[in-house]
Amino acid sequence: MAAPTAVVDAPATFTKLATRRVITNQASSVVVWLAFLLALVPLIWVVWTVVGNGISAVLNSAWWSQSLSGLLAQEEGGGVYHAIFGTLVQGLICAVIATPIGIMVAIYLVEYGAKTRLARTVTFMIDILTGVPSIVAALFIFSVWIAVFGFPRSAFAVSLALVLLMLPVVVRSTEEMLKIVPDDLREASYALGVPKWKTIMRVVIPTALSGMLTGIMLALARVMGETAPVLILVAYAPFINTNVFGGNMASLPLLMTVERNNPTDAGFDRIWGAAVTLILIITLFQLLATFLARLTRVKTS
Amino acid sequence: MSDPTTPGSPAATEDPGERRGLPGGATVPEAGIAFASAEPVAPEPAGKTFVQRGDRIFRVLAVGSGAFVVILIGAIGLFLLVQAIPPLLDNNDNFLTSRTFDVEDTANLKFGILDLLLVTVEVSLFALLLAMPVGLAIALFLTQYAPRRLARPMAYAVDLLAAVPSIVFGLWGIFVLAPVIEPFSSWLQANLGFIFLFSDGNVREGPNLFTAGIVLAVMILPIITAITREIFDQTPRTQIEGALALGATRWEVVKTVVWPFGKGGYVAASMLGLGRALGETIALAIILAATFEAFSGSLFDGGATFASKIALSFAELNNPLSAGAYIAAGLVLFVLTFVVNAIARAVIVRKVD
Repeated sequence: MAAPTAVVDAPATFTKLATRRVITNQASSVVVWLAFLLALVPLIWVVWTVVGNGISAVLNSAWWSQSLSGLLAQEEGGGVYHAIFGTLVQGLICAVIATPIGIMVAIYLVEYGAKTRLARTVTFMIDILTGVPSIVAALFIFSVWIAVFGFPRSAFAVSLALVLLMLPVVVRSTEEMLKIVPDDLREASYALGVPKWKTIMRVVIPTALSGMLTGIMLALARVMGETAPVLILVAYAPFINTNVFGGNMASLPLLMTVERNNPTDAGFDRIWGAAVTLILIITLFQLLATFLARLTRVKTS
Repeated sequence: MSDPTTPGSPAATEDPGERRGLPGGATVPEAGIAFASAEPVAPEPAGKTFVQRGDRIFRVLAVGSGAFVVILIGAIGLFLLVQAIPPLLDNNDNFLTSRTFDVEDTANLKFGILDLLLVTVEVSLFALLLAMPVGLAIALFLTQYAPRRLARPMAYAVDLLAAVPSIVFGLWGIFVLAPVIEPFSSWLQANLGFIFLFSDGNVREGPNLFTAGIVLAVMILPIITAITREIFDQTPRTQIEGALALGATRWEVVKTVVWPFGKGGYVAASMLGLGRALGETIALAIILAATFEAFSGSLFDGGATFASKIALSFAELNNPLSAGAYIAAGLVLFVLTFVVNAIARAVIVRKVD
């Protein structure tokens, strides 16, 4: 019964089906476009909020050149020089430790490990390290550095916790970059009798340098916005402290959490001003990453 | 460093000659390294050992760094455990089933993680539920639908969400988003209050799991999108073109080729997002209001997750027992994220193979 009708109605059925297919296709198109626009809403909204609330604070020159030393909570004025200093110092110490280790791990994975069991384990552990929450990294450093070794809370402890967060990102990006260095280059170097370590240092790394630097800068930008480690591993100070191994040191995220308990207008301005500053610094590092990548790119032709 | 390099140059220049004299192994330098341990068996002139020393040092550094990472993960678990054991032994409450977390009095520790666990899991799953469909749609959009030329900048815009520090998301969530969604949450409570998820909460409007979950969803969205996009991008070009040649519409290509290929990766990406949500600290610490009432399961409750509880209380602790109690909670969080991430990675690795 059904079969003959289908044959007779074939063109009509076909047209109907086609309409449905067209509509489904159009609908899917609309849905994915809407999803994308939906993701832009919080991005624009957050940036709008931060800039709108914080721009007045950062446009003041004192913001960049003074600390909050000696100011009462409700007193307007002062700046976040001390917090910018802390953020940069903690970030730089972290980068100095994490970068060489991360690069060596990546070199191991690409140049030495190949498909050995250890290399697979390392890759897996890097993945796990990527997922370690920042608060757990901070607790680990607390357990080792402060509870077991007995050092005081300090900016250096924060840097150590940040190393745990930065390391996997550096390894991942460096690994990707080393992988795309053509084997021809390595083989040409070996054929000239250059030992392997020199080949890596003089041929492989310079070729991959551009991408590696980008990855490192991006990783650094990411960890400088971390708040959990500074909450646990160092206390806030409203002035500059240059001793990274002891004493309180401010940083932008820490300043924001401290000022959140300040219900006055001055506190409100400082929170959002610090947010603008933090985002500015992160953006600056990302731009610097692009610039460095361009500067160190291997010249072809 | 400079000492070995100076005498190193003549040795290095001699090396090619040395190697040329060697049959077999030396023609493939990789093999030369691999044979390094076996080589002393063969009669070798002393001059060659120098280059090998450079290689050996470098190799030890590389392998050592690799091993360091493996040891590091073990050390995290071990050190947290060591700190957590004394308070766990002194605990006067059941660690797994108690809802209180009272470590003020070190002589009478009473702490349990039940509420922390429930709050953490509920807010993370809620965020995941919101972010998963949107993330999938965006990944499809960026790989299949977006205009070629614009796909890259558009992907960059989504990635920018991941560059915003979580503390900024937290401030935005509590100061800006919470008042805006309040009418909607009141409506949910009034009309769907009979479902336990939407019943009246134990804190005032705003600083509840509902707000926190939406903010978390925004934060994990770029993770889900980026990884899913990567997997979808690996769909074999030939299969897509084959489907198109058979007259499939774009949606049918997605349904018949891209989705079957990438769904495993999508699930894994979502689990990585979940791992991130479970461990998110400061945004939740800022948004969620503390409460002394037990968690009822409602999205309009306040409370604390593992991470936010630790972040808010830890700085004031000055004795190892109280700190250890929080470290015990941190250890549970570590195990939780470890398991979620390990499963996700296993799925991704299988997919790539």
